[in-house]
Amino acid sequence: MEKSVVFNGKLLPYLLLAPQLAITLIFFYWPASQAIRQSFLQEDAFGLNSEFVGLENYQALFAQPEYYTAIGTTVVFSSLVTVLSLGVALLFATQADKNLKGGSIYKTLMVWPYAVAPAVAGVLWFFIFHPTLGTLARPLRLMGFDWNPMLNGTHAMILVVMAAVWKQVAYNFLFFLAGLQAIPRSVIEAGAIDGAGPLRRFWTIIFPLLSPTTFFLLVVNIVYVFFETFGIIDAVTSGGPAGSTTTMVYKVFADGRLGGDLGGSAAQSVVLMVIVIALTAIQFRYVERKVQY
Amino acid sequence: MVEHRPLRDFIAYAVLSFGIVIFAFPVYVAFIASTYDAATVVSGNLPLTPGRNLLENYYRAVFVGGSRFMNQPVGVLLLNSFISAIGIAVGKIFISILSAFAIVYFRFPFRKTAFWIIFVTLMLPVEVRIYPTYKIVADLHMLDTYAGLILPLIASATGTLLFRQFFMTVPDELLEASRIDGAGPLRFFWDTLLPLSMTTVAALFVIQFIYGWNQYLWPLLITTKDSMQTIVIGIKKMLSTTDELAEWQLAMATAVLAMLPPVAVVVFMQRLFVKGLVETEK
Repeated sequence: MEKSVVFNGKLLPYLLLAPQLAITLIFFYWPASQAIRQSFLQEDAFGLNSEFVGLENYQALFAQPEYYTAIGTTVVFSSLVTVLSLGVALLFATQADKNLKGGSIYKTLMVWPYAVAPAVAGVLWFFIFHPTLGTLARPLRLMGFDWNPMLNGTHAMILVVMAAVWKQVAYNFLFFLAGLQAIPRSVIEAGAIDGAGPLRRFWTIIFPLLSPTTFFLLVVNIVYVFFETFGIIDAVTSGGPAGSTTTMVYKVFADGRLGGDLGGSAAQSVVLMVIVIALTAIQFRYVERKVQY
Repeated sequence: MVEHRPLRDFIAYAVLSFGIVIFAFPVYVAFIASTYDAATVVSGNLPLTPGRNLLENYYRAVFVGGSRFMNQPVGVLLLNSFISAIGIAVGKIFISILSAFAIVYFRFPFRKTAFWIIFVTLMLPVEVRIYPTYKIVADLHMLDTYAGLILPLIASATGTLLFRQFFMTVPDELLEASRIDGAGPLRFFWDTLLPLSMTTVAALFVIQFIYGWNQYLWPLLITTKDSMQTIVIGIKKMLSTTDELAEWQLAMATAVLAMLPPVAVVVFMQRLFVKGLVETEK
């Protein structure tokens, strides 16, 4: 799709592009290429000297048991958050799609958590589940459950997952609702006339028609869980206890800042870049297909 | 449909109401905690109705400052958040509407290249190139400045793509008409295209404002002075102390204050917010 009528400027288009290109080159390409370069260098602790070490940073990275732990944690964390937030959002969206009275108020009341900063969401959930002051931790303790996310890695993971899901449901809800509303009523009514009950209609008609939305959300959610949840993890657990909530992104941060290991941190960044590029590529292929339909 | 409607609707209302309560609960508890004195909050027996210290706590948080570890009043942090969120939103709209205009309405050498240079930035969030970006900002002496908080976060293509998509739908006749009227490109942009783009501009503003307001990792790294920190970081700083010393009532007041602006934007601008969200993701 191209415009058939255009202006003939010689200099003007470059001037119009200049601000964006300048910012992109300085703050995107330059640092991205530095990250790649740095991943092949070994720097001393003061950053005064560096030497080319080839793939050594990568070898060191993949020889580190902690890195595999972080990958495992990332997989567990992102699958839990993605599956739960998609599932819950789909449940709410199917209910909100029923043309209820006051439906738009319900929609507004479901969507606002999207606007809460992940770190703030984390702090809110941390407060209600804080082992000694938490409003919800007390009943847990009274039931004889020794809840302590500050000492118990599994509890810490449950806490960050809850906060992340709480925030993400709103986003998925919006897209599912839009997807549901795009399904022609006549198709569903035809199913009803053929005698299919609500559940059967959902699984055989609605869910398949919703699968492009679901797939899109799946990819977007994985990227969300990878990056945006950094704030939740840092604010609530700082990767602990004992590294049990250290995801790959958190480890990039922790190794670079606390450990001062810039080469290793850069190598981790590059690994993450590859993952994100792969996910984005999948997403584009899908989007392209959708456009062609 | 064929099902019994009242029951079906009842289930829907029940499920949705349950969800809404779950969504609101943590915020409600935070609000309640922000209305009590420190001793009540730390006792672990927080009532579920508001206490009497609301004004005192919010006054202290906003104008005096919280714990020993975060000596700036929240008012300063709120201001920083406002400046950087608005800077990110306005800056991104500015650079991307201009570049989209160039890409859609001109033919020039390297046009495709320029488009791809911008497009590729969609793939990498700032988090994966965090330290090199930090180093560049430091070399440019932009640590602890608003420029440092704002510029690196606007280096992405979402806005450009959104405007490009919108410009494609603008009928060619409008351009022909303004040409006949003797308007040059800038005149056409200012008098015709910009007024037509206002809804898109507003939608992008809402999305970017929320994105900017909620940033965490980037401000955490590049602000070393407390006086340059944003409110989202401030909350964490208030709590990064031993439990007994943390002033939870002030931290919760701060959390409520940190949530209000973006949530208000979403609630009042919902239509634009949804439009912006759905279209930027395409």
